[in-house]
Amino acid sequence: MTRVVVGPFSRVEGDLEVTLEVEDGAVQQARVSSQLFRGFEQILTGKVPMDALAVVPRICGICSVAQSVAVVRALAGAAGVSPPPNGRTAQNLMLAAENMADHLSHFYLFFMPDFARPAYSQRHWHPLVVRRFEAMRGAGGVEALSSRARFLELVAILGGKWPHTLALQPGGTSRAVQKAEKVQLLLVLREFRKFLEGTLFGDRLERIAGLSWATLCGWRDSRPAAESDFRLFLEVAGDLEIERLGRGPGLFMSYGAYDDGDRPHFRQGLFDGEVRPLEQAAIREDGSHAWLADGAPRHPAEGVTQPAPDKEGAYTWCKAPRLGGRVVEVGALARQVVDGHPLARQLATSGGGNVFSRVLARLLELALVVPAMEHWVTTFEPGAPFCLPAEIPERASSYGFVEAARGSLGHWLTVGEGRIRGYQIVAPTTWNFSPRDAEGQAGPLEQALVGTPVGGRLGEVLVQHVVRSFDPCMVCTVH
Amino acid sequence: MSFLCSDVSDVLRTLESAGVNFLWHPSLSQVSGSEALEVLEGCANGTVPLDILCLEGAVLFGPNGTGRFHVMSGTGIPTMTWVQRLAERARHVVAVGSCAAYGGMTSAGVNPADACGLQYHGEKPGGLLGATWHDPSGLPVINVSGCPVHPAWVVETLLALALGDFGPGELDPLGRPRFYADQLVHHGCPRNEFYEFKASAGKPSDLGCLMENMGCKATQAHADCNIRLWNVSGSCLRGGYACINCTAPGFEEPGHEFARTPKLAGIPIALPIDMPKAWFVALAALSKSATPRRVRENASVERVVVPPAIRVSRK
Repeated sequence: MTRVVVGPFSRVEGDLEVTLEVEDGAVQQARVSSQLFRGFEQILTGKVPMDALAVVPRICGICSVAQSVAVVRALAGAAGVSPPPNGRTAQNLMLAAENMADHLSHFYLFFMPDFARPAYSQRHWHPLVVRRFEAMRGAGGVEALSSRARFLELVAILGGKWPHTLALQPGGTSRAVQKAEKVQLLLVLREFRKFLEGTLFGDRLERIAGLSWATLCGWRDSRPAAESDFRLFLEVAGDLEIERLGRGPGLFMSYGAYDDGDRPHFRQGLFDGEVRPLEQAAIREDGSHAWLADGAPRHPAEGVTQPAPDKEGAYTWCKAPRLGGRVVEVGALARQVVDGHPLARQLATSGGGNVFSRVLARLLELALVVPAMEHWVTTFEPGAPFCLPAEIPERASSYGFVEAARGSLGHWLTVGEGRIRGYQIVAPTTWNFSPRDAEGQAGPLEQALVGTPVGGRLGEVLVQHVVRSFDPCMVCTVH
Repeated sequence: MSFLCSDVSDVLRTLESAGVNFLWHPSLSQVSGSEALEVLEGCANGTVPLDILCLEGAVLFGPNGTGRFHVMSGTGIPTMTWVQRLAERARHVVAVGSCAAYGGMTSAGVNPADACGLQYHGEKPGGLLGATWHDPSGLPVINVSGCPVHPAWVVETLLALALGDFGPGELDPLGRPRFYADQLVHHGCPRNEFYEFKASAGKPSDLGCLMENMGCKATQAHADCNIRLWNVSGSCLRGGYACINCTAPGFEEPGHEFARTPKLAGIPIALPIDMPKAWFVALAALSKSATPRRVRENASVERVVVPPAIRVSRK
């Protein structure tokens, strides 16, 4: 058995180190380590609850709005207020804009550039992939960046700027959309749709959203791979059989995405072959393998985060969240599997979470969510309120759930004597890149890496595909 | 990520054409793992020339000065040690964002990770490199502060350095490039008429001035946010919320609630820095009494209820 330490990982957000035990050219065991501890939960303790609105988005410059939505929902719960329809829609749109921008960056800037590596130079698609996706130079990346920058004007119109808007409030948003601005918002969305349909998919979003396993291959083969970046991805994925890489734990969780008022737009639940209700009370964070004192599994409402850098047997700053003691995978694939999208379900039941299904699900979400955003903009009612007053009581206990681009994000808040007494954050990558728990169960990425071939001409490239297929955000993971 | 919102088309190659080549960027570079470490080691030992070192994020000293709260992956060595080695080789050092400049939000509250900036700890000079540190050209750390930074502040600083046209006179006393720090966020604020008449917002989403009640520091905050807009057309004020002075050291602990203006006898404690307080109070009282009905009524609602009147010519 040889031990290989891999890090730093470029093209993931934040600091990640992976230790692999390798035998017979394949990974036997993996340990995933978050290398950064900042202590945002302690920073928040003692502050006036509303101040969390300014602190929390600054945990991360890429998941900023998602962090805001989580605290906004926790504070709204504490105040017993819910935003009026306009405020809810504005929050949905800002969150969706960030999530879609993230999906785009992941595909063009983080994931695809690995196929432009010299290790693949003998593949028939390699010259085309280099042209489109080579890191910092590929034409596709350049086009995607410019489209992303333009698209994020949506957040500027609704919330001043991205990242770190303070427009999201427990009672709604601080910026009422005027009637004429609905047109501006639709224009931004139309431009984004034009890029997605013209460059990424080479087809109507509605057509992509309606693909199933039965129609996907036919759709791919109906035109040459060079005609769109999605076709090129399918060509590469098919040739390399990337669906055989990175098999996750097979359980998928979603907190439910985007608030349609009476229910989430994409439903909440746990999928293990069928959808089951999600038991918030069954969440535990286990710190047994983290450099933290008191590693006993605790519900986040009772959670503590106390550094213990010399702890025996620990190898990360990340806790291990578990649902009813089980290891679950979160992210776009989980969201669509739980919601019941036919293609996502078929992928999950045939091959589980893997490099192919995770990346495909993100692209599928672009095709599903952008049309929904166009619809949401039309529902703004100029004249109706955007923000209601919210008073946080002296004592309260609450939580806020949101689906960030990378999956389920939860904030648990306890208020006493008008101050934050407890604040616990469980981020998507905390779930996906968690270490072992007290029972010895490995986290999702740790499981997904087992069996990955290492060495030879490809070296660690396959490991890189597996890691990046989760689109980790290490900055949020430990916070 | 804010940097990638730049409205310069193909910003990476545009910078390259002006002589700025990225040796390594954690979010963008092809090379990863050991190949990335080769680049960093080359820069640190001087075999790869390093013109500009950009650091994002605070320097973490904790726990107990060991730096183990932030270890450079794949090396087992604290990031602060790497940064120190690289800074010694770099021709210029740029702190990107308020965390790297002054400690920022990471140093808020009890500062659990013992965070500070490259050359400042809050507003106190020092930090990782020390108050007297300077690069071979005589420049201190260039603090492109802001949380987040405006992409153009980064792009223009890098270009100015590449042009060799950036001297100590280009920096304000806190090390910030004066091209944006010599402006106040107040300049170009679309709520200026509400400010003039002290017609104030009382709750989020009101259209009025945010200074009197909502915690806005735009009249004291150094940045050009309302002149050089964000993400094509936005700014904090345009988004309906207060400027929290995020380019300043210590913004993370204002000593009051972020969105509530601290007052003494009904008058905001923090007034425009270079205006005599008595005059401010006198002018405020005067302008309040002269406030047109239009401005007063529009200040406390979400959308304009009284549009500006049209002058009818008398024949």
